[in-house]
Amino acid sequence: MEDFITLVIAKYNYWIYVILMMIGFYAMIGKKNLVKKLLGMNIFQTAIILMFVSAGVKKGASIPILDKHEVLTHGIEAAQIVNPLPHVLMLTAIVVSVSITGVALAVILRIYRKYGTLEEDEIMEKLGQ
Amino acid sequence: MTTSNLHMYVMAAPLICALFVNLLGRRSRTYIAPLTLGSLLFSSVTACFVLANALKNGRMSYTVGNWSPPYGIELIIDPLAALMLLLISVVALLATCAALPTVQREHAGKEHLFFTLYLILIAGLMGLVMTGDAFNLYVLLEITSITTYGLIAMGKGRAVLSSFNYIIMGSIGACFYLLGIGYIYILTGTLNMADIATRLPLVQGDAAVATAFAFLIVGLFIKMAFFPLHGWLPHAYSDAPMGAGVMIAPLMTKVTIYLMFRVIFSIFSPDYAFYQHAIIQNLIIWAAAISIIAASLMALAQRDLRRMLTYIIIAEVGYMVGGIWLANTQGLTGALLHIVNDALMTLCLFLAAATILYRIGSLHFDDLKGLYQRMPLTMLAFTIGAFSMIGVPPTAGFFSKWYLILGGIEAGHWEYVAALIFSSLINAILFFRLIEIAYFGNGDHGHGHKQTLPPTGSAPWYMQGSLLVTAVTLIIIGLGSGQLVQGVIKLALPAGF
Amino acid sequence: MIYQSSIWPLMAVLVSLCGAIPILASERKPNLRESWTLLIAAAKVVIVASLLPTVLNGGGFVFTIAEVIPNVPIQLRVDAMGMFFALVASILWFFTSLYSIGYMRALDEHGQTRYYASFAVAISATIGVAFSANLLTLYLFYEVLSLSTYPLVTHHQDAEAKKSGRKYLTYILGTSIALALPAMLLTYQLAGTLDFTSGGILAASGASPATLGLILVLFLFGFAKAGLMPFHGWLPAAMVAPTPVSSFLHGVAVVKVGVFSILRVIFHIFGPDLLFDVNLGVVITTIASLTILVASLIALTQDNLKRRLAYSTIGQLSYMILGAGMLTAAGMTGGLLHIAMHAFGKITLFFCAGAIFVATGKKYISQMDGLGKRMPITYLAFFFGSLSIIGMPPFGGFISKWSLATGAIESGQLILLLVLLTSSMLNALYFFPIIYRGFFLPAAKGEPEGIKEAPIFCLLPLSITAICSLGLFFWPSIFLQLAKMAVIP
Repeated sequence: MEDFITLVIAKYNYWIYVILMMIGFYAMIGKKNLVKKLLGMNIFQTAIILMFVSAGVKKGASIPILDKHEVLTHGIEAAQIVNPLPHVLMLTAIVVSVSITGVALAVILRIYRKYGTLEEDEIMEKLGQ
Repeated sequence: MTTSNLHMYVMAAPLICALFVNLLGRRSRTYIAPLTLGSLLFSSVTACFVLANALKNGRMSYTVGNWSPPYGIELIIDPLAALMLLLISVVALLATCAALPTVQREHAGKEHLFFTLYLILIAGLMGLVMTGDAFNLYVLLEITSITTYGLIAMGKGRAVLSSFNYIIMGSIGACFYLLGIGYIYILTGTLNMADIATRLPLVQGDAAVATAFAFLIVGLFIKMAFFPLHGWLPHAYSDAPMGAGVMIAPLMTKVTIYLMFRVIFSIFSPDYAFYQHAIIQNLIIWAAAISIIAASLMALAQRDLRRMLTYIIIAEVGYMVGGIWLANTQGLTGALLHIVNDALMTLCLFLAAATILYRIGSLHFDDLKGLYQRMPLTMLAFTIGAFSMIGVPPTAGFFSKWYLILGGIEAGHWEYVAALIFSSLINAILFFRLIEIAYFGNGDHGHGHKQTLPPTGSAPWYMQGSLLVTAVTLIIIGLGSGQLVQGVIKLALPAGF
Repeated sequence: MIYQSSIWPLMAVLVSLCGAIPILASERKPNLRESWTLLIAAAKVVIVASLLPTVLNGGGFVFTIAEVIPNVPIQLRVDAMGMFFALVASILWFFTSLYSIGYMRALDEHGQTRYYASFAVAISATIGVAFSANLLTLYLFYEVLSLSTYPLVTHHQDAEAKKSGRKYLTYILGTSIALALPAMLLTYQLAGTLDFTSGGILAASGASPATLGLILVLFLFGFAKAGLMPFHGWLPAAMVAPTPVSSFLHGVAVVKVGVFSILRVIFHIFGPDLLFDVNLGVVITTIASLTILVASLIALTQDNLKRRLAYSTIGQLSYMILGAGMLTAAGMTGGLLHIAMHAFGKITLFFCAGAIFVATGKKYISQMDGLGKRMPITYLAFFFGSLSIIGMPPFGGFISKWSLATGAIESGQLILLLVLLTSSMLNALYFFPIIYRGFFLPAAKGEPEGIKEAPIFCLLPLSITAICSLGLFFWPSIFLQLAKMAVIP
């Protein structure tokens, strides 16, 4: 038990990502409301972003913006700056996630206009008629 | 134009034209057809040269923006990628011939929007087959998905719902893939496929690698609609506008299977994927066999041509996934050959469906009576496509099935062999049921079925033309499958196979 | 044996395949369309016959269409056995074309263009099977034949045709995919090739007798066109087709393609020696004997003339397989010879059945009392045909049956001789009543007076084939020589 708690605390960022992901996954699969599904999807994506970003973090390191003179005179000390690549990757992932959300919202709007509701079972009921 | 970056032109043509289709097509729709067809024709011709180059010079790496790998994004043009590039451009070109008139009827006034998405989707697919960067692959995967969501949502009836369902499922798939990439990045610190492949064997942490592999593969399984993760596909593909379905159905799943091939062989190694986890390999082949049988049976329950075809697509995914996981030369050869063949036969059948829909306004079985008399050429092409699906020689479908079954026999996976033969039989029943309906009956319409479109005169010549070209191609590819296997696919197989 | 490369085997196949195009194009001009049919049929006979002398001199031709699978190209090859079958099929197609014109016009059938075009494709596939150099090519043409005959079987496009067409495809296509295809793949997996080689290709593979037995049974039932029981049900069902189709396709081409495929497998995939060593000949002879006897007994009970002929065909087809299963030179020669002898006899009988239907509209034997006096030529031809099938001298059927009987004695299986004799007796029992009724029973009351012979286009072919059945007894040399060359290379 002791070990387990240390494990959780030592890598708490990953645990948060797992929990967030589960919440999102549950909302996508379990919720009947289409907007809630979409929110679940966003939470899911945010969890992944969190995982990537936290993978780049180093203790005590600063932002990856370098002073040219500094670099030319002393060289780069990798331990002093966080890994910028995961951040940059996540910029792209955020763009992707925003565009999917946009498309999904547009689709939801059309669903609402067509069926007058966003509850999945009500829509199915209307389709059944 | 130097020959070393020809492949960039292949991809750039539809991408740039997408912009112009949107700008000019807004003013007048007369610009759309020449722009779309022109760009795809250009891509097809250029892709031929790319393939010839790749066959002559072997694998070629291209760095985008001169950032050298592993930091920059690398494009890999090997014979297989070049073949896929050619396949995508040719299928897209032929599909467009049918998409143009169909979209004009179904979405008058929105054609420029439709074809903007359409062309970006094609460019995205082309990017997917070339990229040598695992994260770039994710981005391109999402580009193709987002455009597909949009295209499907343009359909009538319950298309918006199907599209939303697909958005949710597709996003789960893509997120899984992204998670897998995250694990790999944490383990190896690189995103370049070749670089990952060299570093991965040195990495400590078996469980983490296995998790990464599982996320990647399951993500792709969702995207390719591998049974039992297929739920989204039948609705999405049959509710999509016909013009979109005719291009998406042949290409999307096939490209995703190609991506699985890439993940297994370019990121991981066959040794890791197949031999270290023999139980998983067995499970996947069993799943493939079950998927083939289940999807075939579900196809049997359909009474609409397009819905039936979507279930056949799911069965065919089982063919190829099983073929790759058989992990022997015959199986891999069969799977790769089947990617080409299946794309063309699905295209042939969807083109025929599009032509029939254009002409009689419905694809319900009861409305197809007497079609052999009314549309003899279309039905001839449909029959050839159907024979290819059943696997009647000398059509293309027979030969890939030959390699797949042989692979199954060699690997001793009799359940897979039995599933393939069973599916051939079911396909025979499926298509002969249709042929019977279309051959008998005097063409009096079973009224009372909702027709999605009013019936019209004959389909435009280029629509029928592309259909006939596809049908003839099926026979030519069948007879030329020896050359195709020896000349291209043998070169594409990874070392050791 | 040296095979010279030549395009003529391909031409022999293609002439009728391409011929379907002008036939389709001249839809509105029946005379032109029928002229094309006859011209193509004649051209086919000429091409096949022109290849004959080289084959008789021990030569042969080969043409590779495409290299599709390692070691298994799509390839045509003319050897003695293929020549034998191609000769029979192309000659009889010519007569059938003549007969079709008489029959189809007299009955004013619909969809005649489709009929002639499908027929042309079917005969191409038949010649393709005859000239196949390996099992894959054979399978290809076998499937093309199955599919191209579907529109012929369902020609009438009514409910009965639909039902029969479904049965036809279920049996033929179903068995070829479910049984023959796996058998072929297993063979390829074991032997690495599918080439027809005298002495067989499986001998060197070292497969266990159980595996060999499985493959053999898969092949025997997989080529269901041969009508081995219990996969015979499609043949009586296919009798809904117009009579020229029944006579040529279901008396000669389709069914014998099945038999020919099985003989190819026995002679050139397994090889008689291998079958003898692992004692699998008995499997073949048992299945064939049962089919012979049961089919002959069922034939006795049939009142519909065409159905009786169909069951007779099922029995006779198994003679050929029985002969091959004896694994002796005489038996195998007899089996092969019976393809030709039975073809000439049975086509005559079917032609007669069609002629009776054209002249009187009658299908049932019980209605045919006294017809022989009004249609003497037809009934005489029918008499000749049935004598040949029963195996009476001086008709062709006697030669093949004699050879089969010799084979049975050579192989020491006297029970097979008993099967042959019993069956011949049964043949006589189901044919003679028809002739007896025709000549010696008075016509039923209320019969219209004006019944006379069928049109000349019907009468001429059936007379010629009847005379051929007779002539083959006196001059069997070409067929005999080809059959012997096929059996003893």
